This record gives sequence, structure tokens and C-alpha cells, in this order.
Amino acid sequence: MAIHTLAVLVENSPGVLARVASLFSRRGYNIDSLAVGPTENPKVSRMTIVLNLEGHALDQVSAQLFKLVNVIGISEMKDSDSLKREILLVKVANTSATKDIVKKHNAVIADESTTTLSIEAVGQSAAIESLLNELRPQGIRELVQSGLVALERGDKTLADRTLSTMGTANESDSNSSTADYQN
Amino acid sequence: MSKINGAQSLVNALEAAGVEVMFGIPGGAILPAYDPIFDSKIRHILVRHEQGAGHAATGYAQATGRVGVCIATSGPGATNLVTPLADAQMDSVPIVAITGQVPSLAIGTDAFQEADIRGVTMPVTKHNYLITDPKDIPRAIAEAFHIASTGRPGAVLVDIAKDALQKETTFDYPHTVSLAGYNPVIEPKIEAVRDAAALIAQSKKPVLYVGGGVIKAEAAAELMQLAQVTGIPVVTTLMARGAFPDSHQQHLGMPGMHGTVAAVTALQKADLLITLGARFDDRVTGKLSTFAPNAKIIHADIDPAEIGKNRHADVALIGDLKNTLRALVPATKVALAKSAPDLTPWLNEVYGWRKKFPLGYDKPADGSVSPQYVIERIGKISGPDTIFAAGVGQHQMWASQFIGYEKPRTWLNSGGLGTMGYAVPAAMGAKVGAPDATVWAIDGDGCFQMTNQELVTCALNNIPIKVAVINNESLGMVRQWQTLFYNQRYSNTDLHSKRIPDFKLLAEAMGCVGLRCETPGDVDKTIEAAMAINDRPVVVDFNVHRDAMVWPMVAAGTSNDEITVARSMAPVWDSQEL
Ligand SMILES: Cc1ncc(C[n+]2csc(CCOP(=O)(O)OP(=O)(O)O)c2C)c(N)n1
Repeated sequence: MAIHTLAVLVENSPGVLARVASLFSRRGYNIDSLAVGPTENPKVSRMTIVLNLEGHALDQVSAQLFKLVNVIGISEMKDSDSLKREILLVKVANTSATKDIVKKHNAVIADESTTTLSIEAVGQSAAIESLLNELRPQGIRELVQSGLVALERGDKTLADRTLSTMGTANESDSNSSTADYQN
Repeated sequence: MSKINGAQSLVNALEAAGVEVMFGIPGGAILPAYDPIFDSKIRHILVRHEQGAGHAATGYAQATGRVGVCIATSGPGATNLVTPLADAQMDSVPIVAITGQVPSLAIGTDAFQEADIRGVTMPVTKHNYLITDPKDIPRAIAEAFHIASTGRPGAVLVDIAKDALQKETTFDYPHTVSLAGYNPVIEPKIEAVRDAAALIAQSKKPVLYVGGGVIKAEAAAELMQLAQVTGIPVVTTLMARGAFPDSHQQHLGMPGMHGTVAAVTALQKADLLITLGARFDDRVTGKLSTFAPNAKIIHADIDPAEIGKNRHADVALIGDLKNTLRALVPATKVALAKSAPDLTPWLNEVYGWRKKFPLGYDKPADGSVSPQYVIERIGKISGPDTIFAAGVGQHQMWASQFIGYEKPRTWLNSGGLGTMGYAVPAAMGAKVGAPDATVWAIDGDGCFQMTNQELVTCALNNIPIKVAVINNESLGMVRQWQTLFYNQRYSNTDLHSKRIPDFKLLAEAMGCVGLRCETPGDVDKTIEAAMAINDRPVVVDFNVHRDAMVWPMVAAGTSNDEITVARSMAPVWDSQEL
């Protein structure tokens, strides 16, 4: 599989998004989506990056990313042990068929005018995709998606691992297939 | 704490970081800093072009191992530093560049001499800063020196807004630097060291593939121990010339596009490459998929991202090379004590190649001067304590091939970026860092015309370097490719530089001694005349044959198996050799 999701903790410093974007563009790595926002620690932001790595090893990408001075830790978010969600906001023609689809998918009508429904949905990529497939024939007028965010299941947190083991970077060897880079 | 302005805080911070010299040119945005620089114990050398300041910082760093420093104003001053920053970053040279920026309120308004130098240099530096608050200056400087000089060294830029230099602040230099996202691994994993030793003890055809990292890590003595303990033959890349003595019987020379037949072939036929601070650059590997097809790879590097970047590593040794080798030497001894394969057949083979295919060149039939001969003689006459800085082109390859390097930090060149114009300012920086050494720039007539104005800086600041202009009246390396791959159609490679410019007169105009040599019989005399001058820079215009070519050669993008020793001439092997 060439699609990988990385959770990346970065110092909340100016230019850090540009550094990450510049690295990806320079080394020819394709980003499917990138979501960035604050975390429980005001000094740290978290990026969730979905990569389409045709022809590049995940480990190499993580190692390059980890070289950025402002990158504190990286972990691959595997489907099997993480929660992954996307947000969809979409404007569709206000018809009873549209409302049925919204109900069926447990989506929410966030705004309604006589002609348009603004629909909100939160879910896994596949669920969002299937909702969109059903909505499409109703006439999608505008849509916006958040990009994926991901959180590991269970007790462990990425920040625990990353910030508690400062100074003991846990570099992977050349043939490991997972990316787990912590400072 | 007493109040000072940001500029004074900057200078205090540079002093606290141990800076003894910096190279630069003032201008509006950096001007506040130049006032306290006037009173500082730091020597400031006023260059003639910021590119010269950057390469001088690089040459200084390469010759001394210390961090080189350059300083420039905003906008064009800063953008003139982009080439040397990229150059230093590619060759992992520790330099710090300080640039002035327009006042913080003007940033983003396309103000006079505004350039987003932090944005511009992001992809060509290890890290960079934009400082708009004077209280951040000491910390940024401390971090910049720490980042530039630790881990895999590199270039760091600190851009400081003019008002941050002017505002009042207090000076507080952090004596330790702690960065959440930057903690280079310096000790290799002990299991990996054991695995590497085990591979070495199994290998029948090993080669030590030595890169510039050995010099950066000051690990030449440890490399020598490993070579002695194992008896394994050594190749040194363009960045590693001097890491292992050329005169040593285990040395096969330089690998790569213009490497020796023995070095290139030994890598191709090896069953194990012990890769030390090298990065499988395309100029070494040739067509990657055909490189060293039967070799297992031990890859020791301080940069985890080098592992597996170009070639899969069977054993990765991530750490400082000095530490790695200190662990690997005893581990290898232990492993070899259990089982030591007989390397004799392999050594006979590789040393046979070295004997059969030595580096060489033809003397021009028309009696003109051979460029290789000039370079060889400079090396012989000046000796192994000399520091050589080369430009980029044929003369660079010949300087790597025909000068014997015995010590680290005696060969400086632009390996990764291949920056024409590197030699003169780098030699200047090297001479400033190592004032007692003889410093020769081996330059091409093309390269020399890019940055020779720094000879004015040398003349005025008592920096008596020596420059050999290998004047073949052309952009020789490009011309060589046109000869070989473009049907001798010499599009825009003729410089007509036999007398325009007149390099002897140009040298004299810049306050240097100008000499010229036009016949083979005068080569030694002229070099000796140049050696005798120590109170001023000297430039020697060596008029050489223009059709000389660099051999051996592996054409770009082809396999190392297709090495040629002369035009369309593969080495003639004995049948059992391949
Ligand atoms: C700044 C820059 N521009 C262009 C090149 C491409 N280039 C590589 S070698 C070379 C010719 C160098 O000519 P010269 O300095 O006379 O050296 P020679 O090869 O003749 O020894 C050129 C143009 C380069 N390496 N760097």
C-alpha cells in the first residue's frame, strides 16, 4: 500500500508548515492531505499527513522529515490501531431524497434554506466517501473537507513517547517498515 | 543587567560563541551591527562580493573544523549568499550566515531591499531563523552554532530585522542549548556494531568506502586502525581525499566518474562495502541499479536519512563516526580472531588492477604544457602540508587525481554542488584559519573569472594565497563532454582567455604578484618563484593545452562497469579478471 498516515508533532514556531511543505515538494513526496492544529501542549502543534508514497520508502520520508529541527516526533498511524476521522461540509439541493440520505448516514443538516441543505458529516474516509457518492446525483453545489486527523487507540499518547524520552532518538534501521521517530 | 542594543547583543553572542573571524559586507539593514563590530575583538574581513564571504567561511571551516561565519545585509546581500549556503549544506560544512532584514514592520511590504531570505534558504540550509525581537538574538546565535556544528554539520542562517538590532535589550547567552526536535544520535547501537564486525569477518572481497564524514568526525586515526586491523583496501571519495594517506599501500584512490580503475572496479566486484560517512552519490555509483551488485552494505553515518536513501544497508551504524569506529575496531578484532577469511586472492586482484591501470596522461605532441603535469608538480613541490582548494571542472578532477593527499583538511573543494568560483574565496578563508600553511587555489580560467575579485581582499588583508590558473582558454569540462557526446560542437565553451583578460596583469591590478608559464621547461621554476613569495598573494597563469581530457571516465548515467581509460577505450582485462 502506498498510502500512509503520519502523525507529526512539531514545535509551534513560525515557518514550520512552510518547512514541511518545502521538504515534501523538494523531495517529490505526494501529500494527499495535511491537517494541522494545536495540541494539549501550547508549544506543540500536530500535523496529520496522508502521503501517497509511490516509489518512496516510508522510512526515508520519515527520516527526512525528522531532520527538520522543528519536528519533535513522528509516528505512523496504522488503520488497525488508530482512530481516523475526516470532516465534510457540503451544500446539496434541498430535496426530500437528500434528507433521506443525510438520515441514513447519520449526518447532520447544519444549515437549511429553501433550495439548499448544508450538511455536516464526521467519519472515516470510507463513510464520507460513500455519503458523497450518494449525494452526488442530488447535485453537489460546493464541498469542503478537512483532511484526515488520527489518534492512536488505547492509553499511549504520541506526546508521552516523544517528550518523555527526549534525547534518546529512536531511529529505525534501514529495513524497518514503520516510521517511529521520537526525540 | 545593563541595557545594550540588539546589535551589541549580536556581537556579544558571536564572541561568546567563540567566533574569531567573519567575512562580510555592510549595508543598510545590517548597519547597526557594524557599529559594535568596529570595536569587537572579532576580526571582520571586508570582502568584495557576498558569495566570496560565504565560500571564505566554508574554506575556513573546512580547513579548521571550526564554524565559519559570514555576514551580509538584506535583499541582494542576502541573496548573494544563497550559492555558498547551498554549497556548504551539500558538503556538510558548518557555517553560520548572519543577515540584516528590513525593519519588522516593513516585512511583507516589498520594502526597499527586502527579500524573504528565510523562505529562500529554507531548502538549502540545515535550519534558519528570522529574529524580530532583540531578546531572541543570543539564543538564536547559540542555537545556530550548535546546529551548524553538531550532528551532520551544515549551513544555518540567522536573519535579523533592523529594528531588533536597534532596540534596547539585555544580553544573556545560553550556555547550553536544548532543542526538543534536535538530538543527533552519536553512539551507534552495540548490536549493529557486532553485526558489522561479523559481516567483515565473513567477507572475502571487502572495500572500505570512505567519504567526507570521516574528515568531519576527525576520525582519520580510527580509520587507519580499522584499515590496519583488517588489511582491507580503501577508496576515498572526492570529499574524503586526505582522510587516508594516498601513499598508503592499501589505498586504491578515488572512486566515481573520474575515479581510478582499481577503486571503481573494486567497488563493483566487492562482496562487502564498509561505507564510512559516504552517501552513495550518483557521481560515485554511476547507474545505481548496477552499482556493486554483489556487495552487502555496512553504512555508518551520523545522518539516519542517509541510510537506505540510495542503497539498501544490510547493517546501519548510526552515530558519530569517531565513536562508531572506536567501537567497530575492537569488535572487528574479536570477530576476526574467531574466523579471518583469507583476503590474499582479493588483494592480489585489486592491487593488480592498481598496478595495471595507474592514473596517467599523455604529454601534448605540440610541446605545449600539459595541465596534469602542472598540477602534479605543484603538489610535489609544495608538499603534503599544503592546503589545496580547487574550482570545479577538469582542473578539479586533476587536482584530486595528481596531488597526493596525506592528511585530512588539506583538500578543499565543492563536491556536492559543484560551484564554479569556490576556489579563490575558499583558499582565502583557509589561509585565514591556517595562516602558517601554504594555501594553493587550483583554479580554472572559467572559475577564476567568477570570484577572482577576492584577491583584492587577500592583497589588502595580508592573506597571501597562491593561485594556479589552469588556463586552457575554455570551459574545459563542458568542452570535454561536447567532445565526447556532442560531436565536437563546441557551443559556447571557448573563453578566448589566452590574453583577455590578461591574468598576469589582472593579478597585478589587484595587488598580487602575477606570473605566467607557457612552456613545460618553465613549470618548476615558476612554481618555485610562486613558493618564494609570502608577503603577497600570487597568481600564476599556466597556459596549458586545451584538448587534455580527464580519464578514466564513467559517462553520466551509465554503469561503472563501462569505465573507459581513454576515449572509447575500456580497460583491457586479462580474461580471468572479469
Ligand atoms: C556556477 C556554475 N556554473 C556552471 C557550471 C557548469 N560547469 C561545470 S565545469 C565548467 C567549466 C569550468 O571551466 P574552467 O573553470 O575553465 O575549468 P576547466 O574545466 O577548464 O578545468 C562549467 C561551466 C558550474 N559547475 N558552476
